[in-house]
Amino acid sequence: MSRDLGGILARHRNDPTRLVQILRDVMEADGWISPPAITALADGLGLPRARVEGVAGFYAFFATEPRGRYRVLFSDNITDEMAGSVELRQRLLDAFHVRLGEVSRDGLVSIDVTSCTGLCDQGPALLVNGRAIPRLTHARIGAIAAMIRGGAPLTEWPDNLFEIHEHVERQDVLVTTPFAPGEALGAALARGPEATLGEVERSLLRGRGGAGFPTGQKWRLCREAPGERYVVCNADEGEPGTFKDRFLLARHADLVLEGMTVAAFAVGAQKGLLYLRAEYPFLLPGLEAALARRRREGLLGERIRGAEGFDFDIEIHVGAGAYVCGEESALLSSLEGERGIPRNRPPYPVTHGYLQRPTAVNNVETLAKAALVARHGADWLRSRGTGRSTGTKLLSVSGDVARPGIYEYPFGVAVKQVLEDAGARRVQAVQVGGPSGTLLAHNELERRIAFEDVPCAGAFMVFDESRDMIDVLHNFARFFAHESCGFCTPCRVGTTLERQMLSRITSGKGTRKDVKDLGHVARLMKAASHCGLGTTAGNAVLDAFAKFKPSFDRRLASLDVLPVFDLDESLAEAREVTGRDDVGAHFPEEP
Amino acid sequence: MAAEKKKLRVATASLAGCFGCHMSLLDIDERIVALLELVELDRTPLTDLKRVGPCDLGIVEGGLCNAENVHVLQAFRKNCKVLVALGACAVNGGLPAQRNHLDIRDCLQTVYLTGHRVRRGFIPNDPELPLPLDKVHPLHDVVRIDYFLPGCPPPADAIWQFLTDLIAGRTPQLGHGLIHYD
Amino acid sequence: MSEPTPAPGDTAPTFSLDGHDVPFETGQTVLAAALAAGHYIPHLCYHPEFAPHGSCRVCTVKIDGRPTASCTAAARAGAEVDSRSDEVLEMRRRLVQFLFTEGNHFCPSCEQSGSCMLQAVGYALGVTNAHFSPLFPDRPVDASHPDVLLDFNRCILCELCIRASAEVDGKHVFDLSGRGIDKHLIVNAESGRLADTALAVEDKAMSVCPVGVILRKRRGFRVPIGERRYDAAPISVVALQKKPRPSAAPKEG
Repeated sequence: MSRDLGGILARHRNDPTRLVQILRDVMEADGWISPPAITALADGLGLPRARVEGVAGFYAFFATEPRGRYRVLFSDNITDEMAGSVELRQRLLDAFHVRLGEVSRDGLVSIDVTSCTGLCDQGPALLVNGRAIPRLTHARIGAIAAMIRGGAPLTEWPDNLFEIHEHVERQDVLVTTPFAPGEALGAALARGPEATLGEVERSLLRGRGGAGFPTGQKWRLCREAPGERYVVCNADEGEPGTFKDRFLLARHADLVLEGMTVAAFAVGAQKGLLYLRAEYPFLLPGLEAALARRRREGLLGERIRGAEGFDFDIEIHVGAGAYVCGEESALLSSLEGERGIPRNRPPYPVTHGYLQRPTAVNNVETLAKAALVARHGADWLRSRGTGRSTGTKLLSVSGDVARPGIYEYPFGVAVKQVLEDAGARRVQAVQVGGPSGTLLAHNELERRIAFEDVPCAGAFMVFDESRDMIDVLHNFARFFAHESCGFCTPCRVGTTLERQMLSRITSGKGTRKDVKDLGHVARLMKAASHCGLGTTAGNAVLDAFAKFKPSFDRRLASLDVLPVFDLDESLAEAREVTGRDDVGAHFPEEP
Repeated sequence: MAAEKKKLRVATASLAGCFGCHMSLLDIDERIVALLELVELDRTPLTDLKRVGPCDLGIVEGGLCNAENVHVLQAFRKNCKVLVALGACAVNGGLPAQRNHLDIRDCLQTVYLTGHRVRRGFIPNDPELPLPLDKVHPLHDVVRIDYFLPGCPPPADAIWQFLTDLIAGRTPQLGHGLIHYD
Repeated sequence: MSEPTPAPGDTAPTFSLDGHDVPFETGQTVLAAALAAGHYIPHLCYHPEFAPHGSCRVCTVKIDGRPTASCTAAARAGAEVDSRSDEVLEMRRRLVQFLFTEGNHFCPSCEQSGSCMLQAVGYALGVTNAHFSPLFPDRPVDASHPDVLLDFNRCILCELCIRASAEVDGKHVFDLSGRGIDKHLIVNAESGRLADTALAVEDKAMSVCPVGVILRKRRGFRVPIGERRYDAAPISVVALQKKPRPSAAPKEG
């Protein structure tokens, strides 16, 4: 156990709401969170021990059992898989003679998978002790294996391994409009909070994180709620296939931070929190530097731009591996140092958010757009897009395309146009909005990206005719089973059943019963789940039923019901221990 | 004889169970006479026939703990138009499935080699003996099951109602007190 | 007995539950109002003495056509609530089957059998089997406490013991760890043993488990078959009788 627990606690002012940040620091120091460390943290924070253990046990990047000194996590998005991650992973496993999920006997290394790390335009990717390495090749895996074997600290690994590239393939007004830090605030201050809010309302800006809630309305509800108010930037970009917020935070951090400050001005908040997903630690230095500079320039802190009474500052919280925290109420739970469980609503975060106080939670891209609306006015946004979907949208394009990367389009762009620009050929399907979004078949490519047609939070994954869509579904099912928070029955059990059934189908052991059950499970999750994770976890399956039925039929075994397990394999252990190998010690081949 | 031809042919078996469900079947007491007016028996522990032939109805007690259980169940599925899982073990593995958190290797070694008071033990390896599966499974893990009648055992009244419904061509409906899991 | 519906002339707002007018007070949930008016809606994680939780989803109804957990949905005047269509019953049946698939529910060996809400709800819904392939999780029991046995195999993660221990007993003996299908009940001790927690048999947390996880030792099977909570009448009747809920800490005698 780290001797520095006291120091870690002091650094976080023994504040229980900082528990997730504290546990991150313990992971960093010790490589795992031991039972005595949990007890000591609970004592230091004045929390019940079980509470701390429960939080430590919730997040994927917290280990409550010893892991390797090098903890390698391969990104398991379908785009990583398509780019060859399985083979590369096997190569690293072989190099250390470990199995997936295990720690090597000398305690040197543990290798496992994690959900999409948001590097789909430069996959396959992995994380080692939390640091991202993109563009994996056999050569890179060889180099990584050598450095692990040599025990080199990560600080001594070559910098180029960790370089993240930002590929902007198509630009529109968000990217091209010149922006100088402070301009949006200047315009907002000149207009006043009410008029700024009015401008955002009039722009018809809608949330870019998926739900599409009108931003102005959200801000107004928050502003009208009594109590100390908060602005939260949701940078927990966990939807597989999405990396547009990564780009914004890397290249346009000031725009995002200014958007938060404009929001604070409009709703009357003094404190902002930016919740950054743990997979993006490479963004932290830039963000911290931007915050420091903005404080120096009077764009954060007390009397912003000299305006009496306009005090606002931003603190960054880093997640710990939980997709569900992208759901705004789960994100707030996480910010308060708890398990990331979506809350019952109503009441909504706008009135009972962070610490039960009024909170405006907005997506990164929404805040960037809000800053530009404050600067250039509502009509600037409305001049692009459609009547109901104003402005532009950043798409993260990946998969079977010649030019993966960031594409900015006015809302209303046809899917076909995006595919053409990205150099996609022989397209079989496009998954718009990630696994929780919409699966489009090749005959739907005229459809448009817009709230009123195909909504898209940012992911745009392309599958050509060489791909088996059942493998895609299986990947998505693994994702949801891994990320379900487990709060409600339909999602907790349904996502696991979905994964099991798709696993049987992909291995050629699926039956018509499996397919039927898959439909039941997907529909039940959609109807009865507590939050958006569960209600969308069956979307891709239901879409595939409607659009890719032959893919299922091709993979099904002919029988109605097969054993759900491998009969002969189920005797293997008894054969070994009895030393038998006679005919009766085997099951005949399936008829 | 003509009337007899219309009788339903029924087979039963007890796999990884305790025969309690068969006992409960016999607990229908004098109603068994009425039942035998309606059915004729194929393979059952009562007739001591060893192989199941073509039947209208198969009733299987017990779950699947070894290779032989699986063979018998598959033969039942092949031969029976309607297959019923009778009792807790058939429905969910029941008490035999309580071993599922144990490793089968450890089980065999403990029982035959290292257990308390075992002297010069050895693990039986006679090809006549069915090998245990690594886990105990309910019947529906291996074949399609048409009806489930839970209970440990299901009460005689439930079995009676269930069978008379089925024989009469009705979907069996069991009210309060007849469905139970214990 | 259940509260009578308001007398004619009373102006309480109502919603419609399967064609019956159900009166409610402002702020009351659909489930609470339905139960108060003598209409049973199956539920597991709901307990009248605690804030609604909404995790088991077994109380799902359709309100104006939308599936919703009735325990957390505020009653609205004029709403049409469907609690008995085939579609709603099928959802509940599947949810109960999910719970049986997830845990190790061997009723014959469980001393709460006959007084178990999960079992009784299963009976009420006509559930005869789990339908899916059982997951058979490995969940060792905790017998460390001198007076209490914890059998995690049967836990349905309703969190009632967690809430009772924290909110009523002020002890925080229980909590959850893990997530998704690996979510599980834990106790407040570094050893992970119940004996090392502050749990006492008088605690509220001892009496709220709807299934057979938290059990008093040496009290098992004291109630003969036929006299258990749900032996004589189904849960749809018993739940409206306002008797105390099944308790692992029965009174002496």
